[in-house]
Amino acid sequence: MRRVILAVTGTIAGLVALLSFKSHDPTTPVAATSGTGGGSSTSSSSSSSSTTVPGEFQSVAGTLTTGETTITGKVASTVYGPVQIELVVKNHKIVKVAVLEQPTNTIHDIQIGEFAFPKLISETLAAQDAKVDAVSGASYTSAGYISSLQSAVDHGL
Amino acid sequence: MGTVVSFDVPDWVSRDCGGGVVLDRVRQWLHWVDVTFSPYRDDSDVSRFGRGAIPLAECAPELAEVLAACADVSALSGGYFTTRPGGRFDPSGYVKGWAIERAAAMLTAAGSAGHSVNGGGDIQCVGDRGSGQPWRVGIADPLRPGSLALVVTGQDFAVATSGIAERGAHIVNPHTGRPAAGLASLTVVGARLAATDAYATAAFAMGPAARDWVESLDGYEAFAVTPGGQVWQTSGFRAYLASAAGTSSSGDWPAS
Repeated sequence: MRRVILAVTGTIAGLVALLSFKSHDPTTPVAATSGTGGGSSTSSSSSSSSTTVPGEFQSVAGTLTTGETTITGKVASTVYGPVQIELVVKNHKIVKVAVLEQPTNTIHDIQIGEFAFPKLISETLAAQDAKVDAVSGASYTSAGYISSLQSAVDHGL
Repeated sequence: MGTVVSFDVPDWVSRDCGGGVVLDRVRQWLHWVDVTFSPYRDDSDVSRFGRGAIPLAECAPELAEVLAACADVSALSGGYFTTRPGGRFDPSGYVKGWAIERAAAMLTAAGSAGHSVNGGGDIQCVGDRGSGQPWRVGIADPLRPGSLALVVTGQDFAVATSGIAERGAHIVNPHTGRPAAGLASLTVVGARLAATDAYATAAFAMGPAARDWVESLDGYEAFAVTPGGQVWQTSGFRAYLASAAGTSSSGDWPAS
């Protein structure tokens, strides 16, 4: 089994299709990159005139304990601005998720930052702990979170 | 806001020579659904039909199919399902599950005997996840963000959850025009996602009355969490419950 992600955005910008692959096979070799927040690639952002302020989003690479590595997801472009996720992985398991970049252009964006992202992060960890294939009812508020998370997972798990 | 669609597919499906073509067709299908059915695109068939710019006969024939299905769900649910949730024409409450079910069917038609398709938390599982192992789908706990209420498991089934946790109180009770508030979340499990998802939306709008309603439907089961944290499930739901392993909090809950 492999996992493939397609993101469909209902915006004037049209379809953003992201294909990525994750194997369920736990023996998949780890190809972790030491994350410094740079990302393995960038995509064009649709943020227009307003600026995106990279608030308190910092890599956790400097706070790792033994056996932990960081994996940096690609910057996922969303209609609200770029989103980037970093994972801390130990023994093929996600132990922490950090948001490196997220939109802060509007009050709504900031609410997402304060509410939705922590929720998404804890759901990611809960889903992993319960060994589920999917979560129903999860607040997939941000396609960007999922996209960037998936690219990070693809690199390292 | 877009939707992320995630696929679990056999390895061969994801390979370029055979499966890449399948996945490309699925991607084109989802793209076409978005272009045709998005209420956020002024030039979609749904938008043009909704504002009376074109008759149904000039729309993609699938719109008539969707409208007929929506009318069926609306009638079956006593009007708790509507194609005008916010006052304007928007059949998204049916289209999303329908599009995902079709995507899963495309993979089946291409030869896959086991795969799952997850569209933003609404999931169609086909066959098993490999080696006879059943699919495992967690149900998010609406009152404890980050926790799972329980895990459902099985083969060839669909799961859809409606709730206030997804995007705020966004499901309106068509009979009152106000956000449905009787439940924190409601999950429906059935064979196919289009109907399962639409039933979840209608049942959530009903509130507590949803229990008897889903109980009356053949082939569908429901699990709900109330705003106060109580839970209930229909009589056949237990068939989908995962045996203890992996669930953190389902053990104490009543069986019916």
